[in-house]
Amino acid sequence: MRANFDKQLDQLNLLLLNMAACVEQIIAMSIKSLEEQNTELAQQTVEFDTKINDYEKEIERLCLKLLLQYQPVFADDLRRVSTALKMITDMERIGDQAADIAELNITLIAQKKSWDLGEISQMARCTAMMVSHSIDAYVNHDEALAGAVIASDDEVDNLFNRIKSNVIEQIAEDKSKGEQAVDTVMIAKYFERIGDHAVNIAEWVMFSITGVHKEKKIM
Amino acid sequence: MAIKFDIKNADLFYGDFQALKNINLEIRDKEITAFIGPSGCGKSTLLKSLNRMNDLIEGCKITGSFKLDGVDIYKDIEITELRKRVGMVFQKPNLFPMSIYDNIAYGPRTHGIKKKAQLDEIVETSLRQASIWDECKDRLKKSALGTSGGQQQRLCIARALAVKPEIILMDEPTSALDPISTIKIEELCQQIKNDYTIVIVTHNMQQATRISDKTAFFLHGEIVEFDTTEKIFSAPSEQRTLDYITGRFG
Repeated sequence: MRANFDKQLDQLNLLLLNMAACVEQIIAMSIKSLEEQNTELAQQTVEFDTKINDYEKEIERLCLKLLLQYQPVFADDLRRVSTALKMITDMERIGDQAADIAELNITLIAQKKSWDLGEISQMARCTAMMVSHSIDAYVNHDEALAGAVIASDDEVDNLFNRIKSNVIEQIAEDKSKGEQAVDTVMIAKYFERIGDHAVNIAEWVMFSITGVHKEKKIM
Repeated sequence: MAIKFDIKNADLFYGDFQALKNINLEIRDKEITAFIGPSGCGKSTLLKSLNRMNDLIEGCKITGSFKLDGVDIYKDIEITELRKRVGMVFQKPNLFPMSIYDNIAYGPRTHGIKKKAQLDEIVETSLRQASIWDECKDRLKKSALGTSGGQQQRLCIARALAVKPEIILMDEPTSALDPISTIKIEELCQQIKNDYTIVIVTHNMQQATRISDKTAFFLHGEIVEFDTTEKIFSAPSEQRTLDYITGRFG
């Protein structure tokens, strides 16, 4: 009985790792499509989100099956399955936001708008790493790594604030840059939200390991 | 809550076999305490020690102290007095082959209550407390053995309550019952816990989480861990407890 359950937990880990890899990939695709002003890649990015949604459904099904068949209601078993259900919601939202960035990019390219991405690329790299590390922390029960992910959100927030300040300066210098500035802030805001979702994932990983969520003992 | 049972350095031997090893446990008043653990771990043995059910077993030797409200139950209390204060409900219903009324009135009668009006009141109150009055009020004179397994178990609880005990020991009281009857017994435990101290042995760990305040995990005659039920089942301190509750052994 337990051996079967453990086997399916391994399967759950594998699916989560695959989903996280897709999330990293969609973030990379969205930023690359921005950097290259590549409509085709942006379109592929929008379509790629479907794959993440499919993983979400597959993992949901597996978690519900585990709850039904094994009733893993005690200690770390319950935390692992419930955490997986929570994490996939945030991963799915990240996919949506990366797709939203790509859709916005398609519109901007069509309007023949060009702009300087500045530190947005760095934001993208940082958030992709946060997602990847969160899932590694879950699979390896690594509390320190989950904590590092939560801390690294400060870097994403700092980048966002710097981008915002630069935009304000640019508008002050040249009001004709106002429209482009709004687009830049919107994209940066998407990545800032992606960072927040990565933090949510890491916080649930912390819960999975310790039973504490956002410094509150909930199980 | 005050300490009801205070068990210190208790060992129990069946001949050469040591069934309980250095048990130290405080059972609090008006709480439900669950004993869990694999078969043969000593949980039922300890339960039975609390009203001296092991006394009759040949070769059984008990050392250490078992105090009820500070008084040693093996030295300073008459066994009839102890059994009046500490009632017991077993795995299988064990009603007497007599009417429902006579089963419930049996204990009070042996304690000298003869007046019909007084017995009537005790029977009704006990059956109401055991949540079975509505089901049997019209058949009190009929054989208790004609009721269902779930009803018989609640009648056993009513019979235990009829002598107004302070503590009720339950040894896997729902293991032979269907889910509906099980839930009824669990609800009954919750309803009466304000008035009684309950100690329950159960193999159903979800049942322990539903009804008990504290849980003791037994293994090979020892208490591995004793803590709040929430702690035991969500974040136990001992690896052996974690392994047991998550089905890694046992």
